[in-house]
Amino acid sequence: MKNIIKIGSAIMLSTLLTGTALAEAKLSMWYHGAGEQVSIDIITGVINDFNASQDKWSVELENFPQDTYNESVVAAAFAGNLPDILDVDGPVMPNWAWAGYMSPLDLPENALDGFLPGAIGKWDGKVYSVGMWDAALAIFTRKSILEDHGIRIPTLDKPWSGEEFNAALETIKAGGKFDYPIDMGLAWTGEWFPYAFSPFLQSFGGDIMDRTTYTTAEGALNGDKAIEFGNWFQNLFTNKLSPGSSQDGADRDSGFIDGKYAMQWNGNWAALPALEKFGDDILFLPAPDFGEGSKIGAASWQFGVSSQSEHKDGASAFIEFTMQDKYLAQFSEGLGLIPATKSAAAMTEKYKAGGPLEMFFDLSNEQGVLRPVTPGYVVAALDFEKALADISNGADVVDALDAAVDAIDADVVKNNNYGF
Amino acid sequence: MSSPDLTLDRIKLIMRYSFLIAVALVFVFPIVFMVMSSLKPDLQLLVDTNSLRAFLPVGDISLDNYFAIFERVPVIRFILNSIFITGTTVALSLFLCSLAAFSFAFLDWKGREIVLAIILATLIVPFETIAVPLLMVVNNLPWFGLDGLTWGWLNSYHVQIIPWIADALTIFLFVQYFKDLPKDLIEAARIDGATWFQIYRKVIIPISGPVFATAAILKFLIMYSHQYIWPLMVIQSEEFRPVMIGLQYFFQLNVAWGEVMAYLTIVTLPVLVFYLFLQRAFITSIASTGIKG
Amino acid sequence: MRKKPTSKLRQTTAAGWGMASPAIVLMSLFLIVPFILAFGFSFTNQRLVSPNPTEYVGTSNFSQLLSFDILTIEPKKAESGQLIRDDDGNLTYPRVRKFTRKNPNYPELKGMKEWFSWSSGDDRVVMLAKDVIFIKALVNTVVFVLIVAPVQGGLALLLALLINQKMRFINIFRTIYFMPVVMSIIVVSILWRFIYDGDDGLLNNLLSILSFGYFEPIDWLGRTDTALGSIAAMSIWQAVGFHMVIWLSGLQTIPASLYEVADIEGATKWQKFRYVTWPGLRNTAVLVLIVITMQAFALFSQVNVMTRGGPLDSTQTLVYQAVIRGYEKQDIAGGSAISVILFLIVLSISLFQRYLTREKT
Repeated sequence: MKNIIKIGSAIMLSTLLTGTALAEAKLSMWYHGAGEQVSIDIITGVINDFNASQDKWSVELENFPQDTYNESVVAAAFAGNLPDILDVDGPVMPNWAWAGYMSPLDLPENALDGFLPGAIGKWDGKVYSVGMWDAALAIFTRKSILEDHGIRIPTLDKPWSGEEFNAALETIKAGGKFDYPIDMGLAWTGEWFPYAFSPFLQSFGGDIMDRTTYTTAEGALNGDKAIEFGNWFQNLFTNKLSPGSSQDGADRDSGFIDGKYAMQWNGNWAALPALEKFGDDILFLPAPDFGEGSKIGAASWQFGVSSQSEHKDGASAFIEFTMQDKYLAQFSEGLGLIPATKSAAAMTEKYKAGGPLEMFFDLSNEQGVLRPVTPGYVVAALDFEKALADISNGADVVDALDAAVDAIDADVVKNNNYGF
Repeated sequence: MSSPDLTLDRIKLIMRYSFLIAVALVFVFPIVFMVMSSLKPDLQLLVDTNSLRAFLPVGDISLDNYFAIFERVPVIRFILNSIFITGTTVALSLFLCSLAAFSFAFLDWKGREIVLAIILATLIVPFETIAVPLLMVVNNLPWFGLDGLTWGWLNSYHVQIIPWIADALTIFLFVQYFKDLPKDLIEAARIDGATWFQIYRKVIIPISGPVFATAAILKFLIMYSHQYIWPLMVIQSEEFRPVMIGLQYFFQLNVAWGEVMAYLTIVTLPVLVFYLFLQRAFITSIASTGIKG
Repeated sequence: MRKKPTSKLRQTTAAGWGMASPAIVLMSLFLIVPFILAFGFSFTNQRLVSPNPTEYVGTSNFSQLLSFDILTIEPKKAESGQLIRDDDGNLTYPRVRKFTRKNPNYPELKGMKEWFSWSSGDDRVVMLAKDVIFIKALVNTVVFVLIVAPVQGGLALLLALLINQKMRFINIFRTIYFMPVVMSIIVVSILWRFIYDGDDGLLNNLLSILSFGYFEPIDWLGRTDTALGSIAAMSIWQAVGFHMVIWLSGLQTIPASLYEVADIEGATKWQKFRYVTWPGLRNTAVLVLIVITMQAFALFSQVNVMTRGGPLDSTQTLVYQAVIRGYEKQDIAGGSAISVILFLIVLSISLFQRYLTREKT
């Protein structure tokens, strides 16, 4: 008798369960983590927690390789085939929002309190995407190298000035112990260029576009300040201070650790291997101040809701769910990313107060600047990349910048000023 | 005692082989580099590129990279996908393209010249330049599958197969070959009352081994190794992805080069096997023509 | 009197269409229709990503690509009318941008860029183009084809003759020569980036060893004078086996009896090649030449992986620019216009090739 009841209740329970399973709406989600098992494991954990925490929605993950993620999404959007939840690179978001791929998030007030500015994707006055982390760039080097060459070790409060930085490079070059004094990473193409180098341009006082109007690059990208930046940038390569655009990817990955380069301009994601190799000797230094303060790029991958979703409330709920400190901390511990909130940073070994990577959080918080927040950025970024690649290869600086300005302006006109 | 003629022959032979080997080295050295690198840990791999060690299995040799790639990429799934997509396309392509080529080469019909000219003109169109319009086309086509009638071909096997079946190169290859075949074979069969399809099947196919083998290899290569942009655009789900997309899985911010080399080695194997398998077709046909060196 | 088509001919027409139609339908749907769409886009402002409506813009995409002008610049003069010379005694000229940017006196030059220039007396004459990148891509593509088509075709034939011998182990060589073809061009491009690396690349190391250290390392992909050539060499290396196979299949269609006759008549090796092999390869030669030309014009993946058009546009190509603009820059209309121009160029070349290789009757 007891057994029968047991079996009966088991059957009832299972019907109940299947019943709820049927009532759950499926939310598809695209993520850029294919090939990164750690990253997939963490996001899968978050998704499982979300699916278990309520019974209205069930999120299903689809992974894409990061390198070609944008191309895949644009093609899918072109064909009207988007998921409910989209992963989007911060600076690209305005383009997708403007094109109508994305819907604004429906988040409770104060949900974004304490988030790093780079982790919040705003366009046209509305929040479209939120990131669980940010990334930050720093000059990687070793204390022993600087001390051997008699170079001052800069701090967040007192970074190198432009002249100090240039002098340091020349000193190391004259020392002759390294293939190159610094590696700027020209082996990495695409978004790396604007992400890594446009903050230098801003520190000089120029910019990729004129942000007062967002309809032209004239003056911002080819004004006196920008030309000054261009000349400085060119000198890095013509003067053999950094390997140029023909550097192969392997040298980029291992050159600093191998001791070929005295310094490297690199991101927090590469900090752990360097830390392992050099231990206490490692230094992560802020960008030099070329006049307008030290600046680094902000905004990394973020989550948003697709405009084609039939369950926008569910998609928003999921994104809100991901914004919990414990998940931010998990991503940070697993992948070395900077947690998007101070409270989450405190939960991690590396980024907590006194942790070895703590300074990256402060860098991101204090010096992070967004790339131009406009749908036209996607095209401007390519023109900027081309101009810098040409300059690094010895092109006439003014002509190269002029060419980029003309290309950016022509694109803006073709798109009816992108709504500005 | 050996005659001077024999020694001369031997020297000639040695020189001939030396030359063959020298040429072979030129072709094989990047591949040796790839295979050797796949056995080394990243750091050593990169250091070794500075010396001839790059071509030698020296240092810390292991199969670790091969184990690692299975963690990162559904290797078996991707290879099976690619083999299925490629195999189906090659089979259908050989049949339909040779059939069309037969018609172009032997039959006399209205519009033949102009149609052939248009087909050849499509050789000129690089795929990259029509990828987006092609996406529009396949996105508006109907499909009858397990779910009944659906619209749009995205995310499937057939979207990776059907657009690639007919191509100008394959048709052209067959046409050129058929044109060189003796016409009287066909005349004779016509007089015997055979239909055109019977002639195609019973007369032409049996004597066209080499061109079928050539076309099969070329098509296999295009489908297996050179498919990249298209699957990127039309496949959103891992279950349909082919091998070349898998390569993208390795290009994270810090590339694991040893794993890349291991993956490249593994995915290259099926093509090599296919080529070796079909090479017999060349060998027999060479033997039958009996060309002397 | 009208001629009636014979029933036999009508029958052949039906059978002919019937056998060719599956391939024709597939090619129409998946090649010709998309191309016609692309052709149509090139007269609009179609975008890949945009909320703005698509509009017909006439030929403006083409005139953007194909606008040229010539500007004559006089040397700088001092107040006195004296020509100003720099420290080396050369004349100095105002920058081209003084004329092409924000200069109301030269509205027609707005946004134009210098392509090349030459001296004419004291003046400097500058050839301006609206879209210099496109022009450079066009020139590079043509240069690439002119290098690759003859070299690759010729080497492939040599290899085919080499491996079409009866020798022991010949199959091993046949397989090895074909191996690069087996590998994806993307894979090959990745490998060759290691090989061409300017600081510690395999090629530089090999050359250094072979020359006992006399060879100065060259940054193959980083120099404007070597980058395109390096890509061409790699492309030939990769694809030569492909055409070797096509030549080989052609060689096999030559009846052995012809060689026997030649042997009986005591022909030399060269005579056998000249009078038996080469005429027997006529159709194959047409095929190989056309295919190589087409493939060379379609140069894209190598550039995309290895140089992205650089350094200083020395490896820009038409298809690469078509992809960058149409896809990455989301300007399908602009990318399509390049495709159309490419199509017209290659079409006229292949018509010319067909004319040259036509069967003489």
